[in-house]
Amino acid sequence: MIRSEILRDMAPVLKDRLVVCNIGIPSQELHAIQDEPSNFYMLGTMGLASSIGLGLAVAQKKPVIVIDGDGSVLTNLGTLATIGNTHAPNFILLIIDNGSYGSTGDQPTYAGQRTSLAEVARACGTERVVECRGEDAGQALQRALEAGEKTVIVVKCDSGNAKMPVITMDPVTIRDRFMGAVQAE
Amino acid sequence: MSIDARIVDDLIANDISFVTTVPCKQLAGVIAEIDTRDAIRHVPCTKEDEGMGLCAGAFMGGKRPAIIMQNTALGVTVNTLATLIQYYRLPLPMLISYRGELREPVACQVEMAVHTKAILSQMNIPTYHFHRQSDADELDPILKYTFMCNKPVAILTDATFWGGYGDQ
Ligand SMILES: [Mg+2]
Repeated sequence: MIRSEILRDMAPVLKDRLVVCNIGIPSQELHAIQDEPSNFYMLGTMGLASSIGLGLAVAQKKPVIVIDGDGSVLTNLGTLATIGNTHAPNFILLIIDNGSYGSTGDQPTYAGQRTSLAEVARACGTERVVECRGEDAGQALQRALEAGEKTVIVVKCDSGNAKMPVITMDPVTIRDRFMGAVQAE
Repeated sequence: MSIDARIVDDLIANDISFVTTVPCKQLAGVIAEIDTRDAIRHVPCTKEDEGMGLCAGAFMGGKRPAIIMQNTALGVTVNTLATLIQYYRLPLPMLISYRGELREPVACQVEMAVHTKAILSQMNIPTYHFHRQSDADELDPILKYTFMCNKPVAILTDATFWGGYGDQ
């Protein structure tokens, strides 16, 4: 299973939830599959999806789902320590770990080799860490929402990208409609 | 009142309720003061670009943020300032310890000090330099200005402002 298939599978669970989505093809895929004001698309700044999501989770009470990638988490590995040490029961980090830098041409990452992001997340202090296959990602996400506990989900899957259009929406529009969704009752 | 308490009072008076920090000796008193105040949620970060991500999220979640950092880290935040903070038009006061200025005992600190204002200027980031303690009188209007214009704004605080490095 590749990332776009997992996103399609999880779309009903993501619906109307606050979602912060990783730069590049992940955001393009989510945008094409299910565009909503409650999606925050990163257009730049590789690695910071989890940090933006954590700040958002700390600042308000609604659940926050971050869709991140293995390559991006590796560029900001300190984020797992900050997550592990910060009280944020409404925070879910879902790492689509396809063992490759998808947006740049599927070059291999260390997460696809000897490095286990799930073990790093655990060692950094997060108690609820779930590793699953692509087929089970939707269910793992649903369970994390029901648990109401800070969770890191590592979804092990195949590398590969769907052909989707670039997001041309203005960043201020993305941010403004997202903040509207955050404030909505 | 101590300068640390005055600075934190100004943050709170401007509704800043989320602060992230990477520590600096000069800013230690401000960070300690923040931890005594219930009005501010303090989440230490491991790196300054990560901290700016936290601030972006906190702002979108309805809290006014600020970052406290050292100027030596400015280089690692350039991409984040351009593609996140400026691109999405997010307000971000940056209270920065300006190492490598007069009274600096560590030569290597000067190597980033000479680039600090040039980088900020190149990025069109409004920049204020606190050298005398009375310069802190402008912190309140600087914070109001930041949240008026939705931009990152740098407040450089040098060793003379903090009263030097003690016995050095
Ligand atoms: Mg990947």
